[in-house]
Amino acid sequence: MSSLLQVRDLRKSFGGVAATDGVTLDIHKGELHAIIGPNGAGKTTLIAQLSGALRPDSGVILYNGANITRRPPHRRARLGITRSFQITSLVMEMSVLDNVALAVQARDGHSFRFIRAARKIAHLRERARETLREVGLETRADAPTAELSHGEHRQLEIAVALATGAEMMLLDEPMAGLGGTDSARMIDFLKRLKGTRTILLIEHDMDAVFALADRISVLVYGRIIATGSPDEIRGNADVRHAYLGEE
Amino acid sequence: MDYTLLFIQTLNGVQLGLLLFLVASGLTLVFGILDFVNLAHGSIYMLGAFISASLTFLTGNFVVAVLLALPITGAIGYLIERVLVRRLYARNHLDHVLATFGLILVIDTTVQILWGPAGISVPLPAWLNGQVELFPGVVMPTFRLAIIGAGLVVAAGLFWLVNHTRLGMLIRAGASNSTMVSALGVDIKTLFSLVFALGAMLAGLAGMLIAPITEASINMGGEVIITAFVVIIVGGIGSMKGAFVAAILIGLIDTLGRSFLDDLFALFMSQNAAETAAPAISAMLIYILMAVILALRPQGLFPPKVR
Amino acid sequence: MKTPLQAMTKTGWITAAVLLLLGVVPPLLMWMGNEFYLLLSTRLVILAVAAVSLNLILGYGGMASFGHAAFIGIGAYAMGIPVYHEFYGGAEAIASTNGWFQIGLAVGASALFALITGAISLRTKGVYFIMITMAFAQMVFYLFQSLDEYGGDDGLVIEMRSELPWINLDDPLQMYFLAFGTLLVTMLLVHLIVNSRFGMVLRVAKGNDERVVTLGYNTYLYRLTAYVIAGVIAGFAGWMMANFSSFISPSMTGWTRSGDLMFMVILGGTATALGPVLGAAAFVLIEEALSSVTVYWNLPFGLMLIGVVLFARGGLLGMLHGRRGDK
Repeated sequence: MSSLLQVRDLRKSFGGVAATDGVTLDIHKGELHAIIGPNGAGKTTLIAQLSGALRPDSGVILYNGANITRRPPHRRARLGITRSFQITSLVMEMSVLDNVALAVQARDGHSFRFIRAARKIAHLRERARETLREVGLETRADAPTAELSHGEHRQLEIAVALATGAEMMLLDEPMAGLGGTDSARMIDFLKRLKGTRTILLIEHDMDAVFALADRISVLVYGRIIATGSPDEIRGNADVRHAYLGEE
Repeated sequence: MDYTLLFIQTLNGVQLGLLLFLVASGLTLVFGILDFVNLAHGSIYMLGAFISASLTFLTGNFVVAVLLALPITGAIGYLIERVLVRRLYARNHLDHVLATFGLILVIDTTVQILWGPAGISVPLPAWLNGQVELFPGVVMPTFRLAIIGAGLVVAAGLFWLVNHTRLGMLIRAGASNSTMVSALGVDIKTLFSLVFALGAMLAGLAGMLIAPITEASINMGGEVIITAFVVIIVGGIGSMKGAFVAAILIGLIDTLGRSFLDDLFALFMSQNAAETAAPAISAMLIYILMAVILALRPQGLFPPKVR
Repeated sequence: MKTPLQAMTKTGWITAAVLLLLGVVPPLLMWMGNEFYLLLSTRLVILAVAAVSLNLILGYGGMASFGHAAFIGIGAYAMGIPVYHEFYGGAEAIASTNGWFQIGLAVGASALFALITGAISLRTKGVYFIMITMAFAQMVFYLFQSLDEYGGDDGLVIEMRSELPWINLDDPLQMYFLAFGTLLVTMLLVHLIVNSRFGMVLRVAKGNDERVVTLGYNTYLYRLTAYVIAGVIAGFAGWMMANFSSFISPSMTGWTRSGDLMFMVILGGTATALGPVLGAAAFVLIEEALSSVTVYWNLPFGLMLIGVVLFARGGLLGMLHGRRGDK
């Protein structure tokens, strides 16, 4: 199986404290790879380095074989890596469709176009509607984003990531704050999505992770202590120790 | 090259730098602790000059006047914090700038009403008004040396505050308000008022010290505030060390640029061209310095900790 | 299906009414023999053009530039310096009273200044950006002040207004309509820009930079482009201002002038089409009214500005809609 994303000995520290302490990771093309770990394990720092928001102190990140370690986030997005945010970063004052259309617009050539109204460009709107259909939000397309429920916001967050046409999606706790039904719907949705994209999933909800992931990596204090199939991880003594020691 | 002039101008540059540091340190202290941008800081500097001028005439003694004017300026700062500034902490930096922009108009017009539109020159006592021969042939006005001395003493005091007190430790750590409360166990509102008052006193002191050289005038505040901004941008906003280094650097570059740039230019262009270009370039010199430093280090020379 | 008139929003009606008022009342007053109000309105409209351009970057782009008056100064000096040389010799290459040439110079110089200072200051955020734009504008101020040939601190009286085909700027009415026409064009342009694909990127990046970057946009370039566009428009306003007042001086670029422009935008309501125009009108008219009452008009004016920040964050337009502040 070929690796889409390769991370080699990635290190990042803040004021002497190592948040990422030599992470090596391979994400295979098409898999749903979950990263789990106790609080403060450095999951958010890791995802920020993969998306380009943070620059690692040392180490290498390869995407499709190309070294992207020092590429800024917008260029990584153009290569096909995008991320969702834990704290919803949608534009609340605009409509649901507007939020998705901006993502569609990102892969429709450059946007240094000043005259035609963006909301009147049919193919952008149409593709945005298609994406909303895909995530089951098409009926809410014209609602102000602020009016959506928390569960819908999380769905829309993923719709925006999808609409960029990214091949690789970094999902930062898409289940965070979701209740039972919403959570089940999200798991359902990610199951359908699985296989169409390469997904790196960071998630606290263990049921979700074990239901969804092809492979799981366990991050503890900035290090990957184990990687394997859900069954392998379940039976791994180190992992149990790390979690038991933590809780 | 005239080495005597170079030496004297270097001292003048240091003196200007220390005055700039007094103004910039107050700005940076208020920004570092209160996270507040005070555009009216220059107006307090101007107010300090006028108050000390009046007190000099009243008491007949400049030094006594400064000692009296300091607590008065501090009290005015305290009042401004209580009445206006504390309502703005929850707002963004732009609101700080806009509200204190309005405050400038209020302070400047009040000064104009109280003291009239003309500038006031401040007489010095005889012992400060003379000159000192530092080396044979190198003569400096006593008062400029006194400014250097006073500036260094205040700078030392501020460094002690920042490096050896718990408050300073929190400033260096870029602590938030709530961590300050729990770490210091103090009434944060009073602390903020006092810090603002201290900042006002520092600006006021700078105004009092410059007044005998330039006279107290209404537009002196507007001129100094931008230069003080350049100082803290170059030094790194919120950094006391940065403010000191940048203030001295800018004081020197500005003073030396104005005196020697035409000679320097004449080395590689015609005398005529040099005399035309030098004033324009020296007027822009510190801004060019700022642009170059920002292009290389967008956070300034001594970037503060992440807030 | 609604007709275009029925589809107009309340804001649309207010905008149309205000613009109609601006287009009709000052010329009417002139016709009734009251030239003073036409001149006041001309200044108002020119400042409104600059305020509308500032709103593009401040209101829609979230760039709190405190140095926008620098562009007015650059545009004004690009008008005044060629005229000076036409009359007093020297600098043959730029000596001219030709309006097109001066406009080209004003636009070019503003664009260049915006490009260089924007490229540096847009690498920073928040309070750094405010202070740096302020400092760069002050640099222009000191540069003009050091130019002894053009009057230094005292400024320069302009001997002759720009020559343009079909329009005679010595006629106050024609000058007014040039300014008013520019305002309409600028408002339309900004309206198109903020609703275009470019504008969508700019507006969303205002509050959500990281999100827009992760979509694949280099937000820095979008901001810089908007900054240059706004600078060019303000530069053109400066060219008009020099023609209007027949006088240029460093004080046109002073940082308090930039503060005035910023207040016009905030006063009227940021990120709205009409806000900056209302703000400029209110600013100029209140200033005029207060200064006719007392020489110390800055005192109540300053208190009013503080009051606006404390109590009226939505601006005048927000109040017209019965909203009190948006944040």
